[in-house]
Amino acid sequence: MSLLEIENLSLDIGDMPILKDVELSVAPGEIMGLVGESGSGKSMTALTVMRLLPHAARATGRVAFDGIDILSASEDQMCALRGDDIGMVFQEPMTALNPVKTIGEQVAEGIRWHTKATRAQAEERARKMLDRVGLPSAKFPLSRYPHELSGGQRQRVVIAIACALKPKLLIADEPTTALDVVLQAQILDLLRDLVTENRMGLLLISHDLAVVTEMADRITILRHGEVMEAGDTARTLSAQLHPYTRQLAQASMHVPARPKTHLAGAAKPLLEVEGATRDYSGRRTSLFKRAPDIRAVDDVSLSIAPGQSVALVGRSGCGKSTLARMILALDRPTSGTIRFRGETVTGKSEAHLKPARRDMQVVFQDPYGSFDPRQKVEKLVAEPLHVLDKNPTRAERRERVAQALHEVGLGPRDLDKYPHEFSGGQRQRLSIARAIITRPKLVVADEPVSALDVSIRAQILDLFAELNQKLGIAYLFITHDLTVARAITDEVLVMHEGKIVERGKTSEVLDHPQSEAAQALVTAAPDLHRAMARRMQEQG
Amino acid sequence: MTLHLEIPEETFAAILAKAFRNTAFVTGFVITLLILAMALASYVWTPYDVTKLVISDKTQGPTLAHWFGTDHFGRDILSMIMVGARNSIAVALVAVGIGMGVGVPLGAFAAARGGLVDEALMRINDLVFAFPALLSAIMITAIFGPGAINAIIAIGIFNIPVFARVARAGALAIWPREFILAARAAGKGKTQITIEHVLPNIATLLLVQGTIQFALGILAEAGLSYLGLGAQPPMPSWGRMLFDAQTRMTVAPWMAIFPGMAIVITVLGLNLLGDGIADILDPKSRRQR
Repeated sequence: MSLLEIENLSLDIGDMPILKDVELSVAPGEIMGLVGESGSGKSMTALTVMRLLPHAARATGRVAFDGIDILSASEDQMCALRGDDIGMVFQEPMTALNPVKTIGEQVAEGIRWHTKATRAQAEERARKMLDRVGLPSAKFPLSRYPHELSGGQRQRVVIAIACALKPKLLIADEPTTALDVVLQAQILDLLRDLVTENRMGLLLISHDLAVVTEMADRITILRHGEVMEAGDTARTLSAQLHPYTRQLAQASMHVPARPKTHLAGAAKPLLEVEGATRDYSGRRTSLFKRAPDIRAVDDVSLSIAPGQSVALVGRSGCGKSTLARMILALDRPTSGTIRFRGETVTGKSEAHLKPARRDMQVVFQDPYGSFDPRQKVEKLVAEPLHVLDKNPTRAERRERVAQALHEVGLGPRDLDKYPHEFSGGQRQRLSIARAIITRPKLVVADEPVSALDVSIRAQILDLFAELNQKLGIAYLFITHDLTVARAITDEVLVMHEGKIVERGKTSEVLDHPQSEAAQALVTAAPDLHRAMARRMQEQG
Repeated sequence: MTLHLEIPEETFAAILAKAFRNTAFVTGFVITLLILAMALASYVWTPYDVTKLVISDKTQGPTLAHWFGTDHFGRDILSMIMVGARNSIAVALVAVGIGMGVGVPLGAFAAARGGLVDEALMRINDLVFAFPALLSAIMITAIFGPGAINAIIAIGIFNIPVFARVARAGALAIWPREFILAARAAGKGKTQITIEHVLPNIATLLLVQGTIQFALGILAEAGLSYLGLGAQPPMPSWGRMLFDAQTRMTVAPWMAIFPGMAIVITVLGLNLLGDGIADILDPKSRRQR
């Protein structure tokens, strides 16, 4: 007997068809993985079950939860279900909590509302729940506010709220996407334990095939609002009967072809960082006192040879991005020097930096935020041309932009479009076009593919590899995703709490990590091969 | 996946189409256009000459010859309102111009520099802000003598901190965005980034504030000329017409009603226009409409 049963569910918002004949079921104590790329309708399926759809939405079909017909239930009935029998965990722990209420109040709120318990009783249950999700009372009293917690701790609070009343069904919509791999592994473990303890059904929504494979008993693959394939996780993924399943699995494990590899030591280094340190002054605790300085980057030295591709991996908050900003001369190190092509970059004025800027470009993580929404592609991509010694004429500029667009697989017709007319993957191509237009020697890429869908990600990685081979551009890839590091880099640097704790050839470091930090990263990283192997073994 | 309710940037035509579905905007736009047309028409034609006193026609109620009646010197009130509109609009417009011209660069500069410079500029700003605007305007015109020019300067000065604040707040929200970082990595300086990226992105914000300050400027001008500190006779102005009407309220109420209505309708129109623009361009209000 299924806990949640969805049959022939179709959903339209306005005139837009969102879901078409979706079938899905979750049994008590079962983990159902719902996988798909962005826009496939995963979140909308979840919101339909919660009946939290936007106003213009029309749903048809049958959604039954524990014998209740959700689509025809009254709002009062739904209010009684939500948070009591059905819990939900959202992606973004930063915005899913109310910043002006303590965590105790937020966990107790639902308990009081649904069980009519007194404040004291509710707080007692809230306390127990927070202990259960790994926030012990000594360090995390009920009176803590969300801003005093880290991202992973906040997500634990969100899970505590969702599970406080032992729901029969928990819907987790990309619960770990905003977290780094180590936190992700912890949160997934917690969810798995809660499922076995309470015989709760879990609908786990994710774009990450590896995560779902590790967690789910059965999986449903969604594309453009339609179910492509559904079934037992191990069998579905090993057989890969449906072409889309195959495509997704291959994209997740994609490794671009890179015949030439570069290792340090051969030529004169392109970039040298020596003892770079960056301190941020501590928060003012009173008028005359400050908290001690925070050392974001601590005595880091590294060098990159021309054409070499280097990964800088580490957990969030380890100082990766600060280091990248210093290398790009967007931030000044407190001490230490950074040399680019043998010339010191640190402490130079903007005018003297021009030649260095020409050979050093950047690609950011967020393809939505890294373009001025009010300018056209021609102007946006041409922005770095500004550092050339003589300004190109309008025709020359157009020509160069068209050339750069061509190199990243976009056409000359895209010149006069605005950034909002492109998809996420196309925008990341634009970002890359902007980075290579001056023919740089080094491109610093800060999580360049982590906001992209797997199939788009594979394409962008291919593009990076191709440009590296063709133009000899050296890369510094900043990432927390080890599959990216493995796919595209020659060397890897592992950063932990501001220090570089391990370095070496990518395959060696990732296969045989020596330092504790690297080991933690490698064991926590979801890996499709490994997850599938384990699933197969379990089934015998 | 979170719900990415992405707000598409719209084409000019789409914005225009939406603008004309927005009642507040259309009403405000039509009123503002009418007042402007009236002021412009007064340069070439008014029903009567506003400088000529016809004592025989004094304090007549509205008639076919004088639609809005006449004042205590026999001048046609409709003609005076038309000419007075010129004055009100000119003063408010130039005052907004001064406020924007000085305030926006100041605010954008403070946001770009940050640190002590920002702090110092904004505290000076607060100081100006803290003075009751109309009272200080009275002080300025009292010292430098009454007249339209001094009224413009007085109102203009008090527009500066308003625009400086709005520009700074808007710019501060734009600066941490990634595309600014990308522009910096491309080697662009702060001035260039401000001109190319920051100002175009806060332009709508300033436009809305501009219409609101325009309405406030008209009120302030009326206030100053009511006290005899604005445009001087024989140039008619709405504020002084009200002053003249004050002692004759019971015998000639039309002398107060029509200029009063002119002020109310103009300010209402401008406020509706500002609200309308804010609604049309504000992404948050889009979904509700």
